Amino acid sequence: MGPHIKQAAVQERKTAETVVVRFAGDSGDGIQVIGSQLGLASAMSDNDLGTFPEYPSEVRAPVGTTYGVSAFQVHFGGRPIKTIGDEADMLVALNPAALKTNLDMLKKGGLVLIDAGSFTQRNFDKAGYAASPLEDGTLDDYQLMAPDISKLTMESVAEIGLNKKASLRCKNFWALGLVYWMYGRDRQPTIDWLDNKFAKLPDVAAANVAALNAGHAYGETVEAAGYDVARIDMEPGPYSFVTGYEALAWGLAAAAELSDRKLVFASYPITPASPVLHTLARLSDIGVTTFQAEDEIAAICAAIGVSFAGGLGVTSSSGPGISLKQEAMGLAVSAELPLIIVNTQRAGPSTGMPTKTEQSDLNQALYGRHGESPVPVLAAGSPAECFEMAIEAARIALTYMTPVILLSDGFVANASSPWALPDLDALPRISVQNHKDADDFNPYRRDPETLARSWAVPGTPGCEHRIGGIEKDFASGHISYEPENHQKMTDVRADKVAGIAKTIPPIAVDQGDANGDLLLVGWGSTYGPISRAVGNMRARGCRVSHLHVRHIKPFAPNQNELLDGFKQVLVPEMNSGQLVNLLRVEGCAHAEGLSKMTGRPFQVSEIEDAILARVETSNE
Amino acid sequence: MNEHASANKLTANDFATDQEVRWCPGCGDYAVLKAVRTVLADIGARRENTVFVSGIGCSSRFPYYIDTYGFHTIHGRAPAVATGMLLANPDLDVWIITGDGDGLSIGGNHLLHILRRNLNCQILLFNNETYGLTKGQFSPTSHLATRTPSSPGGSIDNPVDPSRFALGCGARFVARGVDTQIKQLVEVLKAAHRHQGAAFVEIFQNCIVFNEDVFEGFTAKANVAQRQLQAEHGKPLTFGADGTHALAFDPQSLGLKTVDVSDGAQPLIHDATNHNLASALARMENPDFPMATGVLYDNPGPVYRSSTADQDAAGAPRKLKDVMRAGLSWHVGETPE
Repeated sequence: MGPHIKQAAVQERKTAETVVVRFAGDSGDGIQVIGSQLGLASAMSDNDLGTFPEYPSEVRAPVGTTYGVSAFQVHFGGRPIKTIGDEADMLVALNPAALKTNLDMLKKGGLVLIDAGSFTQRNFDKAGYAASPLEDGTLDDYQLMAPDISKLTMESVAEIGLNKKASLRCKNFWALGLVYWMYGRDRQPTIDWLDNKFAKLPDVAAANVAALNAGHAYGETVEAAGYDVARIDMEPGPYSFVTGYEALAWGLAAAAELSDRKLVFASYPITPASPVLHTLARLSDIGVTTFQAEDEIAAICAAIGVSFAGGLGVTSSSGPGISLKQEAMGLAVSAELPLIIVNTQRAGPSTGMPTKTEQSDLNQALYGRHGESPVPVLAAGSPAECFEMAIEAARIALTYMTPVILLSDGFVANASSPWALPDLDALPRISVQNHKDADDFNPYRRDPETLARSWAVPGTPGCEHRIGGIEKDFASGHISYEPENHQKMTDVRADKVAGIAKTIPPIAVDQGDANGDLLLVGWGSTYGPISRAVGNMRARGCRVSHLHVRHIKPFAPNQNELLDGFKQVLVPEMNSGQLVNLLRVEGCAHAEGLSKMTGRPFQVSEIEDAILARVETSNE
Repeated sequence: MNEHASANKLTANDFATDQEVRWCPGCGDYAVLKAVRTVLADIGARRENTVFVSGIGCSSRFPYYIDTYGFHTIHGRAPAVATGMLLANPDLDVWIITGDGDGLSIGGNHLLHILRRNLNCQILLFNNETYGLTKGQFSPTSHLATRTPSSPGGSIDNPVDPSRFALGCGARFVARGVDTQIKQLVEVLKAAHRHQGAAFVEIFQNCIVFNEDVFEGFTAKANVAQRQLQAEHGKPLTFGADGTHALAFDPQSLGLKTVDVSDGAQPLIHDATNHNLASALARMENPDFPMATGVLYDNPGPVYRSSTADQDAAGAPRKLKDVMRAGLSWHVGETPE
């Protein structure tokens, strides 16, 4: 360590309510692994938390480049954690490129931990630094710790006898060990994880454990700033540290169990939707069938075939892939077959920014088909909601014989947080029976309450029937081109979807009073920042409430009434105002939008500022 | 929707529906419909277990006229919909009805993949070398210089041969039939049904409105003997009146040649399990060779099955509850039990 490097001031152990740590390094540095380990260790330390990974789009970008940087942010602490944190308290940057691309996420005065061993002229060049950022004033506003992590890691694992490359690969765990010391995390869950992960490579496990311990010991030796992080009383019960995509996949599997149907998930690989496919592909032993189709169209068509044959057909993609599925959605609307279409949205249009998040496919979900083809639309903004809304999508699809679109996004899919696991046995069953009575069977006879048509499946004697995309006669289900009949069928398809509202529970504000000066309306993954911002502003005496919409088409039956109770309605969304336009069309003329389309989630402060601007104005 | 006969054995007429058949009078589709109903009766098909799936086009109206389960889907996608049906219920007897435009143009991709995956189904491609339903544009099988509303100067696209395409995709059963040769067509369809896996049958079908007699060269009564070779497994590959001509191996071209049996030449015996022979038969064209019909290739291979069934037997039974509690999970408070 050279004399020019400022050492963080030696301090007594302080306390912190919440902490945000951001790891960044080369995509080969194992950043995602240590990020999720810090998450697990924090959950085990009675913290609530939220995490979010940021991967480069390139599969293996050249080492040391800014476009090869991988990052992982962890927000943990002793109160309910709803976001990944606007700014990081600590940035771990394992190379100059990681520093360059992530320093703007660190708050002023925050701590930077770098690996001095990787801060070489060669790496400055690759990162595009003209001079060493350690010397040119770049870090003047921050605290810096700059141990030679590479060298210290090599020394810590020397006895194990791995080759140099394998030894150096342990430096992520050295850095993690230091972070654990600083924030008082227990190393044991991570040691257990390493022993299990590398059960067949005990030397590798031992080396990583040695590096973790060495980093931890270093913190103690140099008396790095230490924090006692507040703890939270979690409700007793089983928890899992899950991503949105895992919870969504499990929700689909649960829906199949609850409806006693075979889940067939047909999908084509696309970022960021593929992890749902990967998760379900590992569940074949519990009866889940996955099908990697030849294209997006085949995927939805296969799912429609599954439903025709009596299974629970599900397809999944992201915006561009959903575009390709639109014709087939029309078939499912016309044939009135149950189907779930999951859209894990990304920043568009076209290839756009596949690894970045956006909520810009709401209009596509609402209107992206030919003809008059209403389709229910649901949204999920957290792992718990992903699980619940996957089941809700199945309930609606099966009960009403309709395709249903479930919107997720790149943020909710990849963010992870602790989730109190639901008791599967306590969930209501989805008891939709297939028609089996051959007497006077007609596939388009409707349930008077739901308007769903009769669903008989192949294998049922006497209920053989032929359907398709051609307009059907209202009475017989046979092909019909009669003008009045088409009007009637168009109306009944719309009425059926509108009627779903009757079974949607009344919506209530998530926080605040049921009427007042300002209501923030969110949907999907804006939940966290809106919820935190509303909570903060209420603590400062503002009359502001938060409503989070999960049923977008149709809305909950009492939603308009609720909106009418507020002088102002503000709708933050990661698009140019798609929900707010819908609210206006549906009768909430005074709703205004707050748009953001940077590929990154809202910051709490951005929403707080918007609240302040409006609540002050209304108080004048 | 329909009355059902209670007799155990159904007849061809039992597979008719109450829907009026709406193809043009004289269309080759009528003959194919008759052949399929006959086959269903002969093989003892169970109505409730049988599904006809089609895309869009004249031939794709087919499911409305067969009293089984039926799904008239969207253009080109019948193989994908059928795949889903078989994933949900592998015991269904699935028949895919498609045409040259539906199956080889807009749906060519799906045809490729259902064949190489080898799902257990029958695929009947009605080839009439034209887009009938949209009023006669050239199709991917139209021969060069076909004059149509969209190719007034004659089509300039090289045609694709359906059977060669299927063989190239890895199909394990490839056959050809002709709408007017009912006896052979019935036998070909029965063989397709016997075959375990995807069975592809190209049916030369005459469109009397937009492409009349396009197959006349080898299907007209006067031409059948000289210009068509009806292949049967284990029998000599002969053609001509009284089988005067035959196929023989030509070492020079690594292919086939025609020989005169009366000169004492030895005809090749058809081996439907031989891929090289099937490919050579499919490549034959008039006028240098006869057009080959019948079962060109029948060589069963592993049938596509989803991994669920295999893995059910493998490990200890796990439930979703176990899945959710594995991985990064823990318990707060006292663990129950």
